[in-house]
Amino acid sequence: MEDTAIQKYTFKDFQSDQEVRWCPGCDDYVILRSMLKALPEMNVKREDVVFISGIGCSSRFPYYVNSYGMHSIHGRAPGIATGVKLANPNLSVWVITGDGDSMAIGGNHFIHMLRRNINLNVVLFNNEIYGLTKGQFSPTSLLGQKTKSSPYGNTQPPFQPGELAIGAQARFFARIGGNNPKDMSDLFVQAEKFKGTSLIEVLQNCVIFNDGCYTHYTDKEVKEDKQIFLEHGKPMIFGKNMDKGLMLNGLKLKVVTIGEEGITKEDLLIHDAKESDPTLHQMLIRSTYPLATGIIRSVDELSFEDREMQLTEQVRTKSPFKKVDDLLFSGETYEVK
Amino acid sequence: MDTHSKTPQSTENIEQIEGVVIRFVGDSGDGMQLTGTQFTDTSAMFGNDIATFPNYPAEIRAPQGSLYGVSGYQVHIGSSEVSTPGDDLDLLVAMNPAGLKTNIASLKAGHMVIVDLDSFSKKNLEKAFYDTNPLEDGSLNNYRVIEVDMTSLTKECLKDLPLDNKSVLRSKNMFALGMVYWMYHRSMEHTLDFFAKKFKGKELLAEANTKVLKAGYFYAETLELIPNSYTIAPSKMPKGIYKIVNGNTATAWGLLAASEKSGLELYLGSYPITPATDILHELVKHRHFGVKAFQAEDEIAGICSSIGASFAGDLAVTTTSGPGLALKGEALGLAMIEELPLVVIDVQRGGPSTGLPTKTEQSDLLQALFGRNGESPVIVVAASTPANCFDMAFQAAKLAVEHMTPVILLTDGYIANGSEPWKIKSVNDLEPINPPILKEATPDWHPYARNQDSLARNWAIPGTKGLEHRIGGLEKDKTSGNVSYDPENHEFMTDIRAEKVKRVANYIPELTVDGAQEGDLLVVGWGGTYGSLHSAVKGISDEGYKVGHVHFNYINPMPKNTAAVFAKFKRIVVCELNKGQMAYVLRANYPQFTYVQYNKIQGLPFSVGDLNKKFKNLIANN
Repeated sequence: MEDTAIQKYTFKDFQSDQEVRWCPGCDDYVILRSMLKALPEMNVKREDVVFISGIGCSSRFPYYVNSYGMHSIHGRAPGIATGVKLANPNLSVWVITGDGDSMAIGGNHFIHMLRRNINLNVVLFNNEIYGLTKGQFSPTSLLGQKTKSSPYGNTQPPFQPGELAIGAQARFFARIGGNNPKDMSDLFVQAEKFKGTSLIEVLQNCVIFNDGCYTHYTDKEVKEDKQIFLEHGKPMIFGKNMDKGLMLNGLKLKVVTIGEEGITKEDLLIHDAKESDPTLHQMLIRSTYPLATGIIRSVDELSFEDREMQLTEQVRTKSPFKKVDDLLFSGETYEVK
Repeated sequence: MDTHSKTPQSTENIEQIEGVVIRFVGDSGDGMQLTGTQFTDTSAMFGNDIATFPNYPAEIRAPQGSLYGVSGYQVHIGSSEVSTPGDDLDLLVAMNPAGLKTNIASLKAGHMVIVDLDSFSKKNLEKAFYDTNPLEDGSLNNYRVIEVDMTSLTKECLKDLPLDNKSVLRSKNMFALGMVYWMYHRSMEHTLDFFAKKFKGKELLAEANTKVLKAGYFYAETLELIPNSYTIAPSKMPKGIYKIVNGNTATAWGLLAASEKSGLELYLGSYPITPATDILHELVKHRHFGVKAFQAEDEIAGICSSIGASFAGDLAVTTTSGPGLALKGEALGLAMIEELPLVVIDVQRGGPSTGLPTKTEQSDLLQALFGRNGESPVIVVAASTPANCFDMAFQAAKLAVEHMTPVILLTDGYIANGSEPWKIKSVNDLEPINPPILKEATPDWHPYARNQDSLARNWAIPGTKGLEHRIGGLEKDKTSGNVSYDPENHEFMTDIRAEKVKRVANYIPELTVDGAQEGDLLVVGWGGTYGSLHSAVKGISDEGYKVGHVHFNYINPMPKNTAAVFAKFKRIVVCELNKGQMAYVLRANYPQFTYVQYNKIQGLPFSVGDLNKKFKNLIANN
């Protein structure tokens, strides 16, 4: 039994010997550290961990993790990761991607991965800009945003990644600020446990080309008042004093203050991440005040590779073909004597 | 069972012939492919050698009676070796005016055309743009026209069965088949068995088709217009168990065999595209062998998922046709620099762009060789006949995993859909496949350590303890495999990747020459033109010409004796269904020779007759 027991790993066990080359101050360092901290908590053998990335700053990530990894081509990590997982469903497969990689050049693969619900863990580094190509607008850049390729302002309205994901039938969606390593580590562990495509959007600050794009949500001074950290089964409550909460007002979310207008904690919405109807999850994703973080959606459903394996087992038990020769010599054959 | 289907007919008026080329044509919904397949299978069981050529429109159900909706199936059967479906027809069966109009030019003068007279209505004639009825205006005077009221006879024959009109009309192709069975002295037994199986649970349909088939058979027997029937003796083929296969099925089976032989699970990442989709259709059936066939969201995801599966240790394949290969180019470069095994199958069709999806061509050769950014040579091989697709799919898989590189296998629409008898090969008799999988870490292991002979790196598969490593599209250090921008290292890695592919020449068979081993003319071909070139060369060799034929199955690298073979002939003619792509490659690789080109780009195979003329002409003007 010793062979199957999983050894206890440390942060260092998952650290590779490669020098990390992101810009000083980049949130990517936070994400990497959170991951290296989370990996030993996942109860997975190091040799069973695979990181697949596309192209972009974020996609250097696999080089920095001591596991199996592939730094592939722009936008195609979901395709490659799908092949890895179908070939060997025992592996813990991670997709590392950015907003341009996943929603521009790789948009097609991104939505189909989510639709199939293959058991991959996807970390989406959303910095609302192209960093590696030095500062062009991305599919999540804001309207009017001035970038190298939009000097007079961006005219292309942005995607909201969570909305796109739920439109593509995502079963697991979480969001976290890029300066919140503690909760991020925990989300990574939760994502690994989820049997289906788990998508974690990290609001990642690019210090060079889009510095401060999330400060109004993530700065220490404002984050507790501007963000709500959602937990399944718990009331939707937030604020420095934990006195704000969310209720429904018709078809919209409404921010209320506990103690005002007779509102108590019991009146607040209870977060149900497991509800398959995505209506409320969509509202939370769209909310700009407060910004919803944590696991917004986590709906259990059979994963793609499990459907595949079950079907294969059914076919296998019924089939008369055990060896390829059985097939080749079957059917309409004739003998030349 | 009816005795007529087994007992030979009267021996009077039976003429023994060498071979016959028959084409069945009709609307794309008329069941011409089925009719042709039945005739083929029956003749194969009788022992004839065979080659077939289905020719169907890109439209699934084109408007009835239209010229572009004509679907055809050509079959050539013979008592000696048959290498092509044949150029000109001995018999044409035309189920409507559109079929007659688009195919009559292929019928040999004086030969027979059978038409369904009922279909020659004013409306159908108009749809086929006939100003006058060809059956009446004398335009068919050069042929023997057999007019049969096939539709009414079918209806009459089925009048007592409770069938709807549509089902009745759909069985008239069996009337035609019955007639042709009688004419060529074939037994109906195989087709009657086929009905019993196909219509299991639908006994009424089985009965209807049986009745109509027999009706056609007896009609031909009693019809005075067909004075005699023909027989084609069994061919002298090597002993063994045979079946009729088309190229796409043979390709799929070759991959299955390679999977079992190598001990690797087979993974296919694919996206539907004509004419390659039938490989996907075949492999999805075989989950019982552990086949993972993934229909992806596009061509790129197809190949990328295969790259992922290859990284994770499967025998990974992606199948496509020309436009799809263009889309896969970037990912193929990734597999190349990562040195992962991958089989890419391109069933070529007419190009460029969407081109001629259901027609054949050999115009993806340069794309296969060079269609990627950077210096990225891969192994390129080609299959030469429908049955050879089995061997070349197996070889492509063997080379990919043993040399840790992508391999492109080129087939084409002609051999993919064409069929021929295949002497079944047992997997036990195939060569071994030895993937260089590393089972455990060794002290000096690194991802880009190489086999000193083949230069193949080891396959370190996720899930193996101690072999954790990262690969990717960036240039890597020659020893550690880590990212390296070092100038000398880049040159070294570029050279060694090229050298690895070049050294594959040490592992592939040398060229063999058919016909004269030296002489006046060497006919050079590659891929799916084998049958036509072989027939033409054999034909004029029999007339005493000193002609040899070499056919390339291995294009990159080329067999080591290529120059030695070329040097033995006065002239070299390179024959291709493109504008001279192989000639271009040969001029680059072996500039010491002069190459004459013979090219055709009509979406159709070569005509043996045309080749004969060309070859004789070249020899005469030496």
